[in-house]
Amino acid sequence: MMDGFDMLLVASAVIAGAAPLVMATLGETLTERAGVVNLSLDGTIVLSAMAAFVVASLSGSLLAGFAVSAAVGACVAALVALFSVRLGMSQVAVGFVLTLMTRDLAYFLGSQYARTEGPISGSAPVPVLSGMPVLGQVLFNHSVPVYLSMIMVAFAWWYLYRTSWGLRLRCVGENMEAAYARGIDPDLVRVVYTVAGGALVGLSGAAFSLCTKPGWGQPQGCEGSGWIALALVIFGAWHPVRAALGAYLFAFLQVMSIHFQSWFPDVPAQVFQVAPFPLMIFLLAVSTLVHSEEAKMLAERHPLLRILTRGLAQAPPLSLGKARSRD
Amino acid sequence: MTIALRSIHKHYGDIRANDGIDLVLRPSTVHGILGENGAGKSTLMKILSGYVRKTSGTILVDSEEVDFKNPAEAASHGIGMLYQDPLDFPPLTVLENFMAGQRMKAWPDRSLFRKRLAGLCREMGFDLDPETPVVRLTVGERQQLELARHLAAGRRVLILDEPTTGISSLQKDVLFSALRRLSSGGATVVLVSHKLEDVETLCDEVTVLKKGRVSGSAVRPFSTGALLEMMFGREPAPPLRKGHEPGAQALFLEGVHAHGGRTGLAQCTVKVNRGEVVGLAGLEGSGQDVFLRVAAGLTRPTRGRVHVSRKDMTGRDHHAFKTMGVAFQPAARLEEGLIAGLSVAEHCAILERSSFSLDLDASASLAQERIQSFQVAARPESPVESLSGGNQQRLLLSFLPDDPVLLLLENPTRGLDRESVRWVWERLDAIASNGAAIVFSSSEIDEILMVSDRVLVFFEGRIIHDVRPEDTDALMLGKAIAGRV
Ligand SMILES: Nc1ncnc2c1ncn2[C@@H]1O[C@H](COP(=O)(O)OP(=O)(O)O)[C@@H](O)[C@H]1O
Ligand SMILES: [Mg+2]
Repeated sequence: MMDGFDMLLVASAVIAGAAPLVMATLGETLTERAGVVNLSLDGTIVLSAMAAFVVASLSGSLLAGFAVSAAVGACVAALVALFSVRLGMSQVAVGFVLTLMTRDLAYFLGSQYARTEGPISGSAPVPVLSGMPVLGQVLFNHSVPVYLSMIMVAFAWWYLYRTSWGLRLRCVGENMEAAYARGIDPDLVRVVYTVAGGALVGLSGAAFSLCTKPGWGQPQGCEGSGWIALALVIFGAWHPVRAALGAYLFAFLQVMSIHFQSWFPDVPAQVFQVAPFPLMIFLLAVSTLVHSEEAKMLAERHPLLRILTRGLAQAPPLSLGKARSRD
Repeated sequence: MTIALRSIHKHYGDIRANDGIDLVLRPSTVHGILGENGAGKSTLMKILSGYVRKTSGTILVDSEEVDFKNPAEAASHGIGMLYQDPLDFPPLTVLENFMAGQRMKAWPDRSLFRKRLAGLCREMGFDLDPETPVVRLTVGERQQLELARHLAAGRRVLILDEPTTGISSLQKDVLFSALRRLSSGGATVVLVSHKLEDVETLCDEVTVLKKGRVSGSAVRPFSTGALLEMMFGREPAPPLRKGHEPGAQALFLEGVHAHGGRTGLAQCTVKVNRGEVVGLAGLEGSGQDVFLRVAAGLTRPTRGRVHVSRKDMTGRDHHAFKTMGVAFQPAARLEEGLIAGLSVAEHCAILERSSFSLDLDASASLAQERIQSFQVAARPESPVESLSGGNQQRLLLSFLPDDPVLLLLENPTRGLDRESVRWVWERLDAIASNGAAIVFSSSEIDEILMVSDRVLVFFEGRIIHDVRPEDTDALMLGKAIAGRV
């Protein structure tokens, strides 16, 4: 029953498969840390996946594909910023409309390129390091976008918690009025990180169509991952490393579902394909429930649970989703 | 640095928050700005700190005209303000709050800031742990942190808006001696307060505001009577305790333990009878907040039992407590008591709850009635957040049920001037005479001694004293509150 199961292969597949989700999750984490919910994620990923594929096919340059996808993501996010930060409209409504529009736009504009051949960002083992036992195969035998996703996790943490810009970003997310009183321009910060986060989300689209799920069609295969990324930000308690771990967990569930299919041939394949989604919802519910009074009381009686819930309980940025009042 | 304000106006629609104010602030001086709630003190200071833009008028800093468009511009002139509601970042650590807004490199050396903070704390007599999240600090500690931050940034003009509200008398002493030291070092210190005793202890000079205008000024030594007259026009009588006939049992907590707040609540056994006014004394967050919420059915005890009117209510929800005649009024008026964004009339409409469709005309006339009988300075259509603190409190009081069994009030007079305090207690006294038990918390020992029939002293989540006011005095209570029994 366990034949063909290789821990190293699974780990390597998880790292590679999670790459686009990691990028999108980090992008949205940055945006939400500034207090803005960019709900247009799912459509943005589809649109930028299409743009990246088409540009890379026509120009023959992968780099051009990635650059264009980041630009597309940044543009959609700029719309969110314009409408919700500058004009004070509802972040949720703006994001929701945009997610539907961008997805349909992607299918419409990309229809003639569906199922055509396109370039693929192939494996590029890191010299020397890829020769290491165990870690070499798991971490250093991937394509460039996958390395990028791993570096981004560390960079995002460093940026948020160790630079003055990161501090300013977190300040705005927690209390816009206080940030203003300290000479920070909250609106500017929000716009900048909505756009920057959007660029990362755009890159995630390219990582799908040029790397982990290469090609373009309707559906492309990246649909739904934007919603997962939004959930992972909450699961990750707005912490970039925890959110990325959530993305790896989700990728692990997906990889395992393939193995389960071969181990339990009697169970319909769809069960395993769909299983990661409700599992993520379950985990999300657990990580939210630990905020409740009952959970806290239970935890007080069991020291082990207490440690667990302390780790899980994290409140969202205090100004998340709020608009700034002006007089 | 000498600052001169000339004919400052700030209008919010029809409201003239500042109506032509002239003021001179000198270095090496602690300047008091005194005035009752709504006099326009905060507005004037926010204009000086660049947080609010003036409608008209001139500001001169060392004879040079300035016009601050935002707080950053005022800061660059060395002006810093501690706002009435602390403007900080509760989830971030002390060190991060200290750093935010300061000049620093792209990836700052945290240990440098840590050293600077530690040095300032030593100098000022503060005790702040750099890695604690600011949510866990008391109001007084948050204030100390803000002060240290302004000093680190080199501010020479420090404005403190109602800094003594919600801090212990010990913290007040630390704060005042720090401010004295700063002013003798050449800084310009401005203390905004509605409390006479603060101004009298600390300030060298005082300007009194009334209804957006300067109603007078004085220099040390002050005459209390003269200052009161500038504030109110006449001296208000102090609130008086009538002494009520205790009636049937209203509340009985039996060995209650509960979580929440800073300390939780431990081993609490207390009986309160109808007609009694019980004051809860203690440092902010020593268990009074949890006590009130347990008695209101908002927090469930982990151990012990809660009885209301001799009925066991342990584990029941707030709604069940309400139907038993328990009413609770939290300290955070805008967060927990009122709904920002709704008007006075809409608040009245919610309370009616009689029919599905809102009868807005009826609730407007009802609102008008309440506004008149509780002397709220507002119109039915005013949004509640535009009301001053005293008026929000009056409005909340007008929402209390007419004949409650148990009234739980958290800091009911916080931030109110003497006249409003007296007014509030006249109302509450009448409610107690009608047979309600009143339990309230307050950080003002004098207030507790004056209006209570009984005083419970909280320390670290426990009740360490249960005394009658005639058997104690302010000094004894002050010691008990600080844990030095
Ligand atoms: N943002 C605002 N919008 C409308 N009215 C305001 C605003 N801020 C203050 N006011 C009004 O201006 C007056 C003065 O308020 P304030 O300066 O806060 O008084 P104080 O600090 O002396 O208690 C009050 O009547 C208050 O309701
Ligand atoms: Mg004020």
